[in-house]
Amino acid sequence: MGRKLLLEHINVPGINTFDVYRSKGGYAAVEKALKTLTPDEVVEEVKKSGLRGRGGAGFPTGMKWSFLAKPEGVERYLVCNADESEPGTFKDRYLMTHIPHLLIEGMIVASFALGAKTSYIYVRGEMMPQIRILERAIAEAKAKGFLGKNILGTDYSLELYVQPGGGAYICGEETALLESLEGKRGNPRIKPPFPAIAGLYGCPTVVNNVESIAAVVPIINDGGDEYAKLGIGRSTGTKLISAGGNLKNPGVYEIDLGLPVEEFLYSDEYCGGIANGKRLKAVVAGGSSVPILPANLFLKTINGEGRLMSYESLSDGGFVSGTMMGSGGFIAYDEDQCIVRNTWNFARFYHHESCGQCSPCREGTGWMEKVLHRLEYGHGKMSDMDLLVDVSKKIEGNTICPLGDAAAWPVASAIRHFRDEFEWHVTDSASATTRNYGIAHYADPLPKVEAAV
Amino acid sequence: MKVTIDGFPIEVEAGTTILNAARLIGGDIVPPAMCYYSKLEGSGGKCRTCLVQVTKGSDKDPRPMPKLIASCRTTVMDGMEVKNITSPEVIEARKGVVEMLLINHPLDCPVCDQAGECHLQDLGYEHGAAKTRYEFDRRTFERIDIGDKIQLHMTRCILCYRCVFVADQITDHRIHGILNRGDHSEISTYIQKAVDNDFSGNVIDVCPVGALTDRTFRFKNRVWFTKPVEAHRECENPKCCGKVTLWYKGEDVIRVTARKDEYGEAEEFICNTCRFDKKKTSDWVIEGPRKVSHKSVISSNHYDTLKPLPVVKQNLVLQEANKEQFERETRL
Repeated sequence: MGRKLLLEHINVPGINTFDVYRSKGGYAAVEKALKTLTPDEVVEEVKKSGLRGRGGAGFPTGMKWSFLAKPEGVERYLVCNADESEPGTFKDRYLMTHIPHLLIEGMIVASFALGAKTSYIYVRGEMMPQIRILERAIAEAKAKGFLGKNILGTDYSLELYVQPGGGAYICGEETALLESLEGKRGNPRIKPPFPAIAGLYGCPTVVNNVESIAAVVPIINDGGDEYAKLGIGRSTGTKLISAGGNLKNPGVYEIDLGLPVEEFLYSDEYCGGIANGKRLKAVVAGGSSVPILPANLFLKTINGEGRLMSYESLSDGGFVSGTMMGSGGFIAYDEDQCIVRNTWNFARFYHHESCGQCSPCREGTGWMEKVLHRLEYGHGKMSDMDLLVDVSKKIEGNTICPLGDAAAWPVASAIRHFRDEFEWHVTDSASATTRNYGIAHYADPLPKVEAAV
Repeated sequence: MKVTIDGFPIEVEAGTTILNAARLIGGDIVPPAMCYYSKLEGSGGKCRTCLVQVTKGSDKDPRPMPKLIASCRTTVMDGMEVKNITSPEVIEARKGVVEMLLINHPLDCPVCDQAGECHLQDLGYEHGAAKTRYEFDRRTFERIDIGDKIQLHMTRCILCYRCVFVADQITDHRIHGILNRGDHSEISTYIQKAVDNDFSGNVIDVCPVGALTDRTFRFKNRVWFTKPVEAHRECENPKCCGKVTLWYKGEDVIRVTARKDEYGEAEEFICNTCRFDKKKTSDWVIEGPRKVSHKSVISSNHYDTLKPLPVVKQNLVLQEANKEQFERETRL
C-alpha cells in the first residue's frame, strides 16, 4: 500500500467543506509557507522535491517556476490548467469534485512562491459542477481569511478566480489557454516567447496542471526531500492515475511512482485485473495522445524487464517499443476490442479538436480520420497503412503546438504494433465489419532480444 | 548579428527573423511563405511552408534546435547556422506541408483569376507531387460577395489569416475572424456586411490564393495576357499612397493593384477609390512598364521579353500564333 498524499482524506465525509478540510490538517501548508518561508524557499523546496508536471509533458515544476521572469513593476500570474479534456484522463475532475480545498491551498502556496497577486483556475466548460464547487470553496477560504487582502495577517494578498472555458481540447495547451483566458479565440501562440516571459496579458505567467499544484501542498508540509524519497529515480512522489477501459475496478488511484505495472493492473488494491475474466490486449498508458502498446510490450520492456509506472520506465524503448506517462489516463483494452476502431475514434477526436491554425494539423488530422474510417468500415486498401504512417510523420513536429504530435503518435504506434490487425481489416473486410480480430499474438511473451539488431 | 543560411553569411540587426535575413541574401535560399506578410504585425507561423532547420543555435549555445522551426517567426541569434534547401528534412517537411495545403484546395486553376500570380500554384509547382494521395471529397463553400467589389470563395482559402490581420490593422477596429475549428474553419461572421472600409480592397492583394478576388476583374482576363504598368496619382485619401500597378489589356485598364515586391507583398496599401474607380489612363501618371521576374508566367507577354520563349521555338502552332511578334523583333 503506497502512501497517499493527495487522496489521503478523500473518503472523509464533508471533506469538500472548509471546516472538515481544516480539521484534517488542511491549509497548514499556507500557514507554513506564508509565515516561515520566503517565496524563494518555497521554490527551492519544490525544486528539491523533483516534482514533474502532471499535465503530460513531465517538465520539472520547480525548474518551470525558476524560469519565470521577474521584471520590476510588472504583474505575474499563476494559471491553473484545469482544462482536462484528454480522452481517458479524469483525475483532475475527481480531485476538484471531492477535495477542492487541496487545489486552492496549492494555488495559494504556489502564487505566493511566484509572487502572483492574481491567479486563475481555468476550468473546462463542461465541468460546470466543478466550477461551482471551486467557487464555493474559494468563497469559504476567503471568508476565513486565506484569500483576499493580507492573508493570515501577513502582507501577502491574493485574488483567486475561476474561469470557465468553452470546452475545447486545444485550450489545454498553455498558450491557447492564455488566449482563451484573455477572451480571444483559443489558438495556440507561436513560441517563443514562452509564457514565462510573456504570458497572460503579456506578463510573465506560469501555467500548471491541477495535480502539480495540489502536489505542492504535501511538498511544503513534509519538505521537498521527504517527497523526493517517494517514487523511483527522477520520477518522484505520487501520481494520480485515472484507470478506465475494460478493468474490474476502474477509477482514480494514487500510486507511488515506480509501482510495477503488473501490480497496478492486476492487484485488487488497484485495477483488479481485466473485467469479465478476459485477457488484456492493449494499453494506452497516459491518455489518448501517447503511443498505444500491445499487452506483451506493455508489461515488459523490449529488454524483458518488468515495466514500472514511472516516467522513465514507461518511455523505455522510445517510440519503437515504449510509450509515455502522459497525463495518467490509463486505458486498458481486453481481447474483444478493435484497435482499428479505437484508432479511428482517437483520430476523429483530434480532427474535431484541431484548432485549424497551422496547415499540417488542420488538414492532416482530417485526412487520417477519413482513411481510418475507410479501414474500419471495410473499404480500406493495403497501401493505407503506409499512407497513414507517412501522413503522421508529416504532421509530427511540424506544427505550432503539441496537438499535432498528439494526433500523430496514436496512429503511428497503432500501425507499428498492430499492423496485422489493420491488414486483416483490408484482406478480410467482410469479417472485419462483423467481428473482431481478437487478441492474436499481442499478449504472447516477447521473443528474446538478439544482441545485434 | 551574424547568421549563416545555407552557407551564405550575412550581418543583420538583432530582432530580424530568419526569413527576413534570408530575403536580404536573396535567391533560392529564401524560404517560401504563404501566411507571413512583413507589413502585417502578428502574421506568420501558421502555414509551416517556411520551416527551416537550425543546425547551430548561436555562438553562446551551439546546440541545434530539436525540431524544424518556422523561419518567419524565429529571430536570429548571433552565430546561428540555418539550413534551408540544403537540408533534406526541410525539403521533405515542405513537401508534406504543400501536400496538406493542397488536399482541401479545389485546384481549379484553369478557372481561377489568381492563376499566374498564385503563391500556392508556385509552391505546388516547386514542391508538390504530380498526383494527390487524397481520395476523399474536398471541403466546399458557397461564394460570398463582400460588397459589389470583392468576392470571397472560401473553397480556395488556405487559412493564412492575412486578410484577418489586414482588417484588424489597416482599419481601426476588428472586422472579421475565423469561425469554427480545424478543417471546418472559415473566414467569417457576416463578412458580406462587416467589411466596409476605404481600404478593404487590400484583402485581395494580401490573399496568397484566389480566395479573395476583385469582382471588377473577375473572369475579365488571364493575368498573363495583361500588361502591367507602374503608375501613380494624387489620391484625395491622405492615408493612400496612390502608387499602383495598372494592368492593361489593349488600351483598357482592367485592373488596379498595389505594387508588389518580389515576394508578392504590397509595398504600400492603396485605397478602394484608386483600386476600383480609377480605371482610365487619364486618371494616372504612367511611370513605365513594370519589371516582372522572368520566372513568372506574366513575363511571357511582357514588354521586356522580345525573344520568343524556348517553348515557342519548339511548337509550330505557337510560332504561327506569335508570327507578328517575331517579325517585330527582327525589325527591332
